[in-house]
Amino acid sequence: MSTPPAGPLVNTETSAAPGPTGLADAPLLEVEDLRVEFHTRDGVASVLNGVSYHVRAGETLAVLGESGSGKSVTANTVMGILPVPPARITGGAIRYRGEELLTADEERRRELRGEHVAMIFQDALSALNPVFTVGFQIGEQLRTRRGMSRRDARARAVELLDMVGIPGAKQRVTSFPHEFSGGMRQRAMIAMSLALDPDVLIADEPTTALDVTVQAQIMDLLADIQREREMGLILITHDLGVVAEVADRIAVMYAGRIVEQGDVHQLFAEPRHPYTEALLASIPRLDSKGTELQAIRGLPPTLTRIPSGCPFHPRCPRVRDVCRETDPPLLALPGGRASACLFAEELAQS
Amino acid sequence: MTDPTTVTSDKPVASPAAAEAAVTRSRSLGADAWYDLRRRPLFIVAATLIGALLVLAAFPQLFTSVDPTVGDLSRARQGPSAEAWFGYDNLGRDVFARTIYGTRVSIVVGVLATTFVVLLGAVMGLIAGFVGGWLDSLLARIADVFFGVPFVLGAIVVLSTFRQSVGQSVIGISGLVIGTIGLLSWPVTMRIMRSAAIAARSQDYVKAARALGAGPWRIIVRHMLPNTIAPVMVYATIALGAFIGAEATLSFLGVGLRDPVVSWGVMISEAQSYLRTSPHLLLFPGGFLVVTVLAFVLLGDAVRDAFDPKGRS
Amino acid sequence: MGRYVLRRLLQLVPVFIGTTFLIYFMVWALPGDPLAGKCGDQACPPAFIERMRVEYGLDQPILVQYFSYLGGLLQGDFGQNFRGQDVGTLIANTYPVTIKLAVVALLIQAVIGLTAGVLTGLRPGGFLDNVVLTATLFLVAVPVFVTGYVLQAVLGLRLGLIPPTVPANPGFLDLIVPGYVLGSLSLAYVARLTRTSIAENSRADYVRTATAKGLSRNRVVGVHLTRNSAIPVITFLGADFGSLMGGAIVTEGIFNIRGIGGLIFESIQRLDGVVVTGVVVLLVMVYLLANLLVDVTYALLDPRIRLD
Repeated sequence: MSTPPAGPLVNTETSAAPGPTGLADAPLLEVEDLRVEFHTRDGVASVLNGVSYHVRAGETLAVLGESGSGKSVTANTVMGILPVPPARITGGAIRYRGEELLTADEERRRELRGEHVAMIFQDALSALNPVFTVGFQIGEQLRTRRGMSRRDARARAVELLDMVGIPGAKQRVTSFPHEFSGGMRQRAMIAMSLALDPDVLIADEPTTALDVTVQAQIMDLLADIQREREMGLILITHDLGVVAEVADRIAVMYAGRIVEQGDVHQLFAEPRHPYTEALLASIPRLDSKGTELQAIRGLPPTLTRIPSGCPFHPRCPRVRDVCRETDPPLLALPGGRASACLFAEELAQS
Repeated sequence: MTDPTTVTSDKPVASPAAAEAAVTRSRSLGADAWYDLRRRPLFIVAATLIGALLVLAAFPQLFTSVDPTVGDLSRARQGPSAEAWFGYDNLGRDVFARTIYGTRVSIVVGVLATTFVVLLGAVMGLIAGFVGGWLDSLLARIADVFFGVPFVLGAIVVLSTFRQSVGQSVIGISGLVIGTIGLLSWPVTMRIMRSAAIAARSQDYVKAARALGAGPWRIIVRHMLPNTIAPVMVYATIALGAFIGAEATLSFLGVGLRDPVVSWGVMISEAQSYLRTSPHLLLFPGGFLVVTVLAFVLLGDAVRDAFDPKGRS
Repeated sequence: MGRYVLRRLLQLVPVFIGTTFLIYFMVWALPGDPLAGKCGDQACPPAFIERMRVEYGLDQPILVQYFSYLGGLLQGDFGQNFRGQDVGTLIANTYPVTIKLAVVALLIQAVIGLTAGVLTGLRPGGFLDNVVLTATLFLVAVPVFVTGYVLQAVLGLRLGLIPPTVPANPGFLDLIVPGYVLGSLSLAYVARLTRTSIAENSRADYVRTATAKGLSRNRVVGVHLTRNSAIPVITFLGADFGSLMGGAIVTEGIFNIRGIGGLIFESIQRLDGVVVTGVVVLLVMVYLLANLLVDVTYALLDPRIRLD
């Protein structure tokens, strides 16, 4: 991979000032400095500590991170399905087409759910209601939101199932979720999320529960749908392979914050945060057969006791004294990238 | 400076603070539950009540110097007064003394019946769950048969059948009541134990222990019992309260304990005919009964909540 | 579905035989002389002894006796007691009241228990939750006969709101207080079961999905949450019907209701073994059939249960 083209020094990722950008470039969905706490038996866990990202129409943003880094919590907060309590949103903003969501009333948020921003969950078996047919669950939104008749809703459900590649959709529409295979269930879930033609689709680890071969099929399906409908897709995953294939941009999360953000090729070629670097080094590669796999040492921090300074410093191979005291902000770098490492520039040279 | 929770796995634990943190994080379910319990007001209330009742049962003479079986017909059914706080019963016996002495029988019946049920049920359940196959099916069917008998009716049949054979002795009658309660209730513990044992059997760590050549006895004692004991104990606590109530119900129906024995159930049973004129005859033993059952139900509730990580927030 | 019911029915047969044999064995075989204490305080009339010997084959082995009794049962013949009363007729005269009482108890449980359970399950930890939790604790702790006596004494004798005993041919209104007494324990269980079920399911993924689909709160709770939470509660209510019939004995005794419980109570006092056996066998049958019904309902409500 060659050096990335040096972009203009524009602070695209972190600045709150939007500026008059072109309509095509205006983000569909924007998350800014989102902060969420969970009140647990062991104290207050700071699950999100200022998360900012955005997605534009026709763009796929991959949110990457270990489990517990706050990927799903961010998504659930965007959808407004966070369990409050124990969770508490302590700050930040979520904007859909410029409209502030966190201060919007529940009725408005409900209107947006499914219709404008839809979500696909990780485990379709538990995410689908076991006692209703797949067709009922897909058609339910059409009946309650679009006032469709039972028959029309069912016909539309068949179309949607057909579209996501379920063979014999007409017969399968009356099946129950447990009668589907894992891959088919996830397809049905995708069909359900598309029922109201949303503009933004959040896919929370949509393939984690599936076999590897099925994983690829589902990812292809999602990518196709995203391209066809010009949707903004937020893909939450910890699978770097998936990311490389379908994402346009990547946001890497660690301990409830974004530590690095940027274009997928640039980020893979030249990570600007030691955590990203370590993540990439942990992938087995065909061309490095025989060399030892580089696991990241240590464990992610307990969110009730996030270390002082840079939260990654106890595990960081490049740790310096200053890292233990200074919590580095996410700073813009050339090429529309951003990193939360004090030595991001240095990493670029190494 | 270094936060103890971020101890890296490839380095030995460095500071004492870090060691302590590691210990608190890996505390066992039991220790966790105990930690949780001590902070529940309901648990403290229940435990205190039960403690007080146990003292009453063990040393009734500390609380009253009156003989609970001596009656004076001239003061029959007198209401509560300074000499007799709870009044006198139909035969002029001191209700306070009888209530205090009744604690012992009621608690002993409850404890023994629970022990019986837990031991019998646990052994059957462990065998059925561990061995499996036809033996499991057979034991499960036997449990079904006993479970199919409605409790009160089954108890009536058993008690009236053996009434003659045990005679009039206190131990005989009490033993019969305990045996009856146990006989009709063991399928519940058996089922709890069986499903817990089956669940434990298919756990990977038990499979691993087996593969490593651990004998059946070791697997049961070291791997299955610790995981099955919690649900059984929770049931046992609640059941203890229920059995004390059951003893009273059976006495009330006239098939349980009888006169030479002093128990709350016997007292309530004797009070039946004088409800209109002398409600105190029902009130005091009934009140003690309710408080005791309540204490055990509360305790069982608290223990279950403490052992159920799902219920925590 | 038909095959499923048939299979469950076949599975019931051994349990039914086992249970009834157990009762038969205890009543007729365990005491040395099968007729000792079976005819009240006096010795049994010779005619009765003779008839029992012929009809039940009391000199035959217990298994033969049992199966001839079972054969009679299957033809609806519960036998005759030492007074020459037909046990089947005695039961026929008493069971309608008991069924009425059990239905009233079941309705009270379902209405109060479900309402309390749903309301508290949706807001666990709230004020109402604590009130209901305390109330259920007391319901569990107070034995049925204490509840019965207290209500009879307070509502009937002190306040005169209800007749202290129930008239001979009671209507549903007459049975409300006794029905509440009979169902009070299970009422607490229904409330708690519903609460737990609702509270647990409201954290379920599919409820989250339903919310994420943009459905209204009412629809999420009313359609997705209740449908799933109702399954264990309905199961409990069904199984409880059988126990209510058996447990009615105490309530019927207190309120002087001439039902099956009263019949068995009297029979025990009169040491009338034939009636006791007959009634208990009948109740076991009701209990088992209620459980079968529950299994079938369960399969209808939860498509994950495989029918074949």
